[in-house]
Amino acid sequence: MNFILTSVIALGAIALISSVVLYFISKKFAVKEDPRIGKVSALLPGANCGGCGFAGCSGMACALVAGADKGSIEGFRCPVGGDDVMLKIADTLGMAAASSEPFVAVVRCNGTCDNRPRIAEYDGLHTCAAINSTSAGETGCGYGCLGCGDCVSACQFDAIHMNPDTGLPEVDEDKCTSCGACVKVCPRHIIELRKKGPKGHRVYVQCANKDKGAVAKKACSVACIGCGKCEKVCQFDAITIENNLSYIDFNKCHMCIKCVDECPTGAIVKINFPIKKKVEVEA
Amino acid sequence: MRLHTFKIGGVHPEENKITADVKTKNAALPKVAIFPLGQHIGAPAKPVVKRGDFVKVGTLIAESGGFVSAPIYSSVSGTVAKIDTSIDATGYRKPVIIINVEGDEWEESIDRSEKLETLDEHSELTPENIIDIIKRAGITGMGGAGFPAFIKLCPPPTAKAECIIINGVECEPYITADYRLMMEHAKEILVGLDLLMKAAKVDRGYIGIEENKPEAIKLFTQLTADDSRIEIVPLAQKYPQGGEKQLVDAVINRQVPAPPAIPVNVGAIIQNICTAYAVYQAVMKHKPLFERYTTVTGKQVKNPGNYLVRIGTTFGELICACGGMPEGDNKVLAGGPMMGKSVMSLDVPVTKGTNSITILSGNDARRKAIQPCIRCGKCVDACPMGLEPYLLAILSANNLYDRLENEGVTSCMSCGSCQFTCPSHRPILDNILQGKGVVMGMIKARNVKK
Repeated sequence: MNFILTSVIALGAIALISSVVLYFISKKFAVKEDPRIGKVSALLPGANCGGCGFAGCSGMACALVAGADKGSIEGFRCPVGGDDVMLKIADTLGMAAASSEPFVAVVRCNGTCDNRPRIAEYDGLHTCAAINSTSAGETGCGYGCLGCGDCVSACQFDAIHMNPDTGLPEVDEDKCTSCGACVKVCPRHIIELRKKGPKGHRVYVQCANKDKGAVAKKACSVACIGCGKCEKVCQFDAITIENNLSYIDFNKCHMCIKCVDECPTGAIVKINFPIKKKVEVEA
Repeated sequence: MRLHTFKIGGVHPEENKITADVKTKNAALPKVAIFPLGQHIGAPAKPVVKRGDFVKVGTLIAESGGFVSAPIYSSVSGTVAKIDTSIDATGYRKPVIIINVEGDEWEESIDRSEKLETLDEHSELTPENIIDIIKRAGITGMGGAGFPAFIKLCPPPTAKAECIIINGVECEPYITADYRLMMEHAKEILVGLDLLMKAAKVDRGYIGIEENKPEAIKLFTQLTADDSRIEIVPLAQKYPQGGEKQLVDAVINRQVPAPPAIPVNVGAIIQNICTAYAVYQAVMKHKPLFERYTTVTGKQVKNPGNYLVRIGTTFGELICACGGMPEGDNKVLAGGPMMGKSVMSLDVPVTKGTNSITILSGNDARRKAIQPCIRCGKCVDACPMGLEPYLLAILSANNLYDRLENEGVTSCMSCGSCQFTCPSHRPILDNILQGKGVVMGMIKARNVKK
């Protein structure tokens, strides 16, 4: 009995002393953090993807609060949370939210097995980075998709998948947060972040081949051959051709889709446009 | 007597030198010759001809594009068809000069006689002369790496050359081009060594030859019996003895420190057998580098052989001359099976560094199934640079490039001993090379910032 009593008293005394010491230490060494940082952090999705350009969500929260102190949070954007989250954060900080258009990743290669014949077989380490550093890949195109899915493993949102039929990655628009992880990891720089567009309508050049037309066409039937027809037909000055490759500026593009019809190889594609009903022409 | 060899690591791949006794033939002239502008390490050469120009064998077609660079000479006579891009061994398109071959007209200045010219008859040659001729003749290291030869002969002021080591090791399986050259042009090679020694102002010369070439060792020992400056060093057979640092270790028992140190920091200048021969031809016969000895080999190839090939001949033409491609799956390598790069197309031309075209057929053409690492440490034992290949591979696969640099990945010379010895057939070298590429980029970016 005596034995139990002593232990209780001894342990109780240690607990009491420790709590007093800890109390004063915590007061003395308290880190003063702006309470808003905690609130903003709680609003952010916590994906820590780095898509905002900061090291994780807490980094973004610190930057937002610092921005609010300076008087503006313009230019900050959480690609994962989108406008909803940015609005809530703006409310919390008492600022006006800068709304911006959502972006989405697009794969600028259409070198499917049919379009781009395999001329050799690669038998080494199966990552895009390894292939890109040693050879041009299995096809005659030194610019196109290598099909090993480095982008798939980089995506934290399960938004990009390899299509087994085409051997190309496909982006799930609903899941893509435009964090840009796939853009960074692709050794061929095929993936690009583009504006999602009104109703999801997008027009872009689905090719990254900078070879001369004849060479590009030989390697892949849907390659951009740099002929310049799209540049001529565009009324909005949105298309430029550099190094035998056409590029559509999404800020200038009006989605008139004239270039899509004009392109002789079908390298320019339109996404999410309604399929036109076939007009039957009577002979 | 125990033969010399390098101390750390090394492997013993199957020899397969099936063409060792096949006498060298002249390869047929190509119909179209393709000259890549970047056949060497360093800046690509700049074309000095234009479309429609007529060139002869030995005409300068591209001049040196910088300090670390080399000029390129035409190996054929004909008309320049175009200056364009064409795929190289990796499949990427690189700038090339394409010449349509017409006849076989040589520049008059080239001495085509067989007469042996010795250094004693040409006492007017100064070291500066010789280095200048080597530079202008476009001679690059012909063992594979393709480093311009004259740079090695002008060591940085902090280092002093003491000897020249000629690399007659040919440790790669299958390849026999160096061996045939040694057997057929031994005297010329020795004059070449004389010239190199004079150019580097040294009075000690070694020729390292592996024990699997007893005939060559005998021949060279006889020829140098009364020359006390030159020593023939028979070496135990081990891969990768032909690596510069391994050869220095094996022949003169000195160890080259980690990069950026080079062999001349311990007093040795290494040149390949082919390079010594090319130096002889350039200095004594006024013949720039435009043809080379190349082995076309493979177990399933009908008539494997050694050829004196004009640079710019495509692989396809050479393989046709040997009886065409074997049936089934084939892997065509520019180089030997250990370090050679597989080519994507047979339209790739022979360059200054192509010592062999090796065709692996059937099961040899494919890699074996990858198994998990069993931590046996064989790759660590095999690495001739004393690295830990398994660790480098893991770091590289996980993108830990800072640690990769600290673990000495830049010392890796991609000899492939680790991957060869791995019982799980893991793609160790693939991983390391990919990581090494990134690290080299990081170092370059850092140097630019400074």
